Amino acid sequence: MSKAIVATASLAGCFGCHMSILDIDDKILQLIELVEFNKSPIDDIKEFTKMCDVGLIEGGCCNSENIENLINFRKNCKILISVGECAIMGGLPALRNGIPIKECLDEAYLGGPTTGICNPDKIMPNDEELPMILDKVYPCHEIVKIDYFLPGCPPRAELIWEALTALLTGKEMNLPYEVIKFD
Amino acid sequence: MSDNKINFTIDGKQCIAEEGMDLWKAAMVNGIFIPYFCHLKDVIPAGSCRICTVKVNGRCMAACTTPITKDMNGAVVENETPQLEEMRKMIVELLFVEGNHFCPSCEKSGNCELQAMAYRYKMMVPQFSYNFPLRKVDASTPKIYLDRNRCIQCKKCIRAIKDEQGRSYFAFYKRGNKLEIHIDHELAANMSNELAQTAMDTCPVGAIIRKEKGFDTPIGKRKFDKEPIGTEFLKK
Repeated sequence: MSKAIVATASLAGCFGCHMSILDIDDKILQLIELVEFNKSPIDDIKEFTKMCDVGLIEGGCCNSENIENLINFRKNCKILISVGECAIMGGLPALRNGIPIKECLDEAYLGGPTTGICNPDKIMPNDEELPMILDKVYPCHEIVKIDYFLPGCPPRAELIWEALTALLTGKEMNLPYEVIKFD
Repeated sequence: MSDNKINFTIDGKQCIAEEGMDLWKAAMVNGIFIPYFCHLKDVIPAGSCRICTVKVNGRCMAACTTPITKDMNGAVVENETPQLEEMRKMIVELLFVEGNHFCPSCEKSGNCELQAMAYRYKMMVPQFSYNFPLRKVDASTPKIYLDRNRCIQCKKCIRAIKDEQGRSYFAFYKRGNKLEIHIDHELAANMSNELAQTAMDTCPVGAIIRKEKGFDTPIGKRKFDKEPIGTEFLKK
C-alpha cells in the first residue's frame, strides 16, 4: 500500500498541537511507516508538491495570510481536520473578538504600559509586506469546509493518533472518555 | 401501598416516587440520571435551561418543574431517546456559541458542568456559528469575580446564594439572551470564604470564580476528568 500523504499547518496557533502530534512516543516510527509528510513545519517543506490525503490545521484565522493558507490547504488536501481549540473556535487569540480592532492595536502599540519606551515615535505597523489583521479571529470551519474536528488544548496525542490511524486504515475509533477534553 | 406513592415508567423502567417530588429528583431516586444545568437540590426549580426536557405521555416537559402528581400514575416518561438526546446536544451547542467559552483559559475547566455535558454528548464542534458577544467582567468585590462571558443565565446563583436574612447576593437585569447577572456590592463586601466557595461550586460554569484561588486542582484530579457527568449522583 502506498503511503498516505499528510500536510500540516499552524495558523493563529502556538505550535502546541504540533508538539502533541510529536508526543506519540515510539508510535512515531509506526507513523512514518504509514504516512509521508508534504507541506509541513515538521519537515520544513514550504509549498505543496502534490495532492495530499490529509491536512491537519492548527490555529484559527487572525489575518489575511491565515485565510490564504487555509484556502490553499483546502485545495490541496482531500480531507481537512481542525486540530485543537484554536482551529475549532478561535481559542485564546479569539479573546480579542468583541473588542474593536482599533482598540486592540492602540493598546498593543500606543497605549500599553511598555509602549512609551519601545515605541516612542508611536508607529503602527503598516508595511505592505505584513498580512492584514482581521476584524476578529475566525474558526477554520467558518472560512472553508472542515471534515473532522479534534478538540483539546492541545488534543491528546492519543486522540490524534487514533483519529489518524482510523482514517488511514478504515478501522473504527475506540476512544476512552479521558481522551476527548477541551483543555 | 400508601396513597402518596406514584407508579410510572421512565424508558420502560418501573419507577416509584412520592407525590410532590419533582420528576428530576424522582428519576434520581430510581437510579436514572436526567441531564441538568439550572436545577439544584432544595432550591425552587426555575426550568430555565430546558436540558432536562423529557416526554411525559408524549408531551415535552422540563423534568425539574414537573411535580409528581396523582395524574402521573401509570405515566410513560421518555428520557434517553435519540430525539431528546439530539435536542439536548443542540442546547449544549447553543450555549457554547452564545457566550464566550474559552475552556483552555478557564479556572472552572474540568469542574464545569457545561463542558462535562459537551463531553457526554461527544460535542467535537458546535453546529452553529459563534456569536462572540461583548460582555463585562465584574471583579470589584473582594472574594469573587463575575465573568459574564461564561454565564449560561441559569439563575442558580440568584436562587441559592443568600445571607441569613434570605437576601440574594445576585440579581438579574434584562431578559432573554440579554440577561445579565449582577452582584450586590454592599452584601458581597462582607461575603465569607465559605459562601464564596459555595457560590463558585453552585455556578455550573466558570462565571463565578473565587479570587486568589485559580487553578488549584491538577489536571486528572478534577471532577469530570475521569468520570462522565451523572455518575457521581448514581453512585450515592
